[in-house]
Amino acid sequence: MTGRTLYDKLWDSHLVKQNTDGSSLIYIDRHVLHEVTSPQAFEGLRLAGRRPWRLDTNIATPDHNISTDKSERAAGVAGMVDEVSRIQVQTLDDNCDFYGIKEFKINEMGQGIVHVMGPELGATMPGMTVVCGDSHTATHGALACLAHGIGTSEVEHVLATQCLVAKKMKNMRVTVNGQLGTGVTPKDVVLAIIGKIGTAGGNEHAIEFAGSVFRDMSIEGRMTVCNMAIEAGARVGMVAVDQKTIDYCEGRQFVPKGEMFQRAASYWQTLVSDADAVFDTEVVLHGDEIAPQVTWGTSPEMVAPVTASLPTLAEQPSEEKRKGLARALEYMGLEGGQSIQSIAVDRVFIGSCTNSRIEDMRAAAAVAKGRSVASTVKQVLVVPGSQMVKAQAEAEGLHEIFIAAGMDWREPGCSMCLAMNADKLGAGEHCASTSNRNFEGRQGNGGRTHLMSPAMAAAAAVAGHIVDVRTLMGENH
Amino acid sequence: MKAFTVHRGLVGPMDRANVDTDMIIPKQFLKSIKRSGFGPNLFDELRYHDEGQPGADCSQRPIKADFPLNLPRYKGASILLARKNFGCGSSREHAPWALEDYGFNALIAPSYADIFYNNCFKNGLLPVILSEEQVETLFQEMAEKEGYQLSIDLPSQTVTTDSGHVFHFELDEFRKECLLNGLDEIGLTLEEADAIKQYETQRAQQHPWVFGAIK
Ligand code: SF4
Repeated sequence: MTGRTLYDKLWDSHLVKQNTDGSSLIYIDRHVLHEVTSPQAFEGLRLAGRRPWRLDTNIATPDHNISTDKSERAAGVAGMVDEVSRIQVQTLDDNCDFYGIKEFKINEMGQGIVHVMGPELGATMPGMTVVCGDSHTATHGALACLAHGIGTSEVEHVLATQCLVAKKMKNMRVTVNGQLGTGVTPKDVVLAIIGKIGTAGGNEHAIEFAGSVFRDMSIEGRMTVCNMAIEAGARVGMVAVDQKTIDYCEGRQFVPKGEMFQRAASYWQTLVSDADAVFDTEVVLHGDEIAPQVTWGTSPEMVAPVTASLPTLAEQPSEEKRKGLARALEYMGLEGGQSIQSIAVDRVFIGSCTNSRIEDMRAAAAVAKGRSVASTVKQVLVVPGSQMVKAQAEAEGLHEIFIAAGMDWREPGCSMCLAMNADKLGAGEHCASTSNRNFEGRQGNGGRTHLMSPAMAAAAAVAGHIVDVRTLMGENH
Repeated sequence: MKAFTVHRGLVGPMDRANVDTDMIIPKQFLKSIKRSGFGPNLFDELRYHDEGQPGADCSQRPIKADFPLNLPRYKGASILLARKNFGCGSSREHAPWALEDYGFNALIAPSYADIFYNNCFKNGLLPVILSEEQVETLFQEMAEKEGYQLSIDLPSQTVTTDSGHVFHFELDEFRKECLLNGLDEIGLTLEEADAIKQYETQRAQQHPWVFGAIK
């Protein structure tokens, strides 16, 4: 028998039943809920007269549409200005209270963006199946979980049965060898991968990220990479367990202690692909060749090194490509051939489940320290991913650095990642953003998003335009 | 769930690749706690000049007259003809809800994003996959003929044009059965309750830390 991949192992250990029609019933260990994709699921459950199959598997928090403004947040749910959003958050509270589901409420310690909260509380552990009604659930795969986003009907399905009907995906391995240069971060690695394989490159695959670059990467960095597997078309992104994984988990709130932890850890060590495992698709990149990346268009695959220029219509190989590029350039208000660093930014957003953990805050603060936001930049939002990240950043004094530089230090939530609350771009505004999607209108109707790392976003904030953060790193300030 | 067997209807175009879920239904409409009523806001930013707000009366809003689905010839379309990687982006089921509420029964495209594809089946919406060439043929025929209709037959897995093409499409057996019979998937899974319990018992012995952690 040939060896198994990490994904094969996770799949096999959660198989409840293999059906003759090719579908399977898969057991779900952890279910994370938030206010936006759960109300219709709870309503469905209620209408069918069903109850949750298990309670100790679910964990909930509001994140998508809550305000990040300090004074509005201080008044809790009742103080939410947008009536429709308030009802949605209240509905989550009511549903969790009614069924007895553990929820970290709007201002409680523990609250945060679902994919920041799960791992930091230890609700996500290696070897688990983790689902959430949000496509960036792949984030949790950094801890060697089988984690993916689901729709609302499936949220109801998991609540009622603790299972999902699924079909096994194909195995893809993305290997990044070598070492990253100074100023090159996990965000740049994942953007470079998407640039290489495209936004549909991972369709129907589960991706395992392997190679020395990921072995050297912190767990938080691995989360940034796995987070954007979905932008490469894959529902699942994973990194195998190593000592860092186990050290990361130890001592977190929901992780077992003592002898039980030792027992868990020895099982977790088996969560690696066998040496002779075969992948359906292999992709290889070299870490040394990756420069800081910036998206210039309306899809994450429209990405280039910060030192590059935009593609031109003339160099497109097909009419379809020309049309697509012309549309993206028009929407972005940019010219083919223009240098990326000539793009001025109006707003900057540092946050989202891709880049709002403590390491991201530190990276942004390191650039912001002793500098000021350019006068042409209207707003810089720094939004920690959770209450715990916020508390840690404040303990380290990072918030003071941001405030001194002229940035806004906000309350935890999704914020301008999807602009469901008041944090949004105006039409035509360019934004240096650490989030994960640059689709038309994603950060506000008519808004123009440029995805990049936290250090690059902070650099754009002080320069007033997109800039290679490496040129600032040697500078004395 | 609504069943799907055969459908004949008017075809409407969405002629661009990588149509994402934000484009299908912008985020401000995700604040609703209901499943219905998203149809008037389908493709909101492409369809209207102003920015849509939840609860606003869309019949009073200025429409972009050149957006294809706003053209009189595509009024009442129930089959959406689209390009590759349709539905990429978020997991929001509001996307199929909006398509269904608008009046679409089926979609035809060369490929779909995985989560979106899956979500369609839960809502009685059939996402047909044809090759890029076949989709191109349909786009051409549609452009040439006003009132262009197609017939989609789920039992035989075919799309038939009036010009005589019969295109076969693939889909999973399980999904086909559920859609044909409008089956309640949760009910089906609950029939396996014993198998689920048995799995849990065995897992609780092997990996006890997975249970009872969150209270
Ligand atoms: S931060 Fe953005 S991508 Fe992440 S969960 Fe929130 S809305 Fe989704």
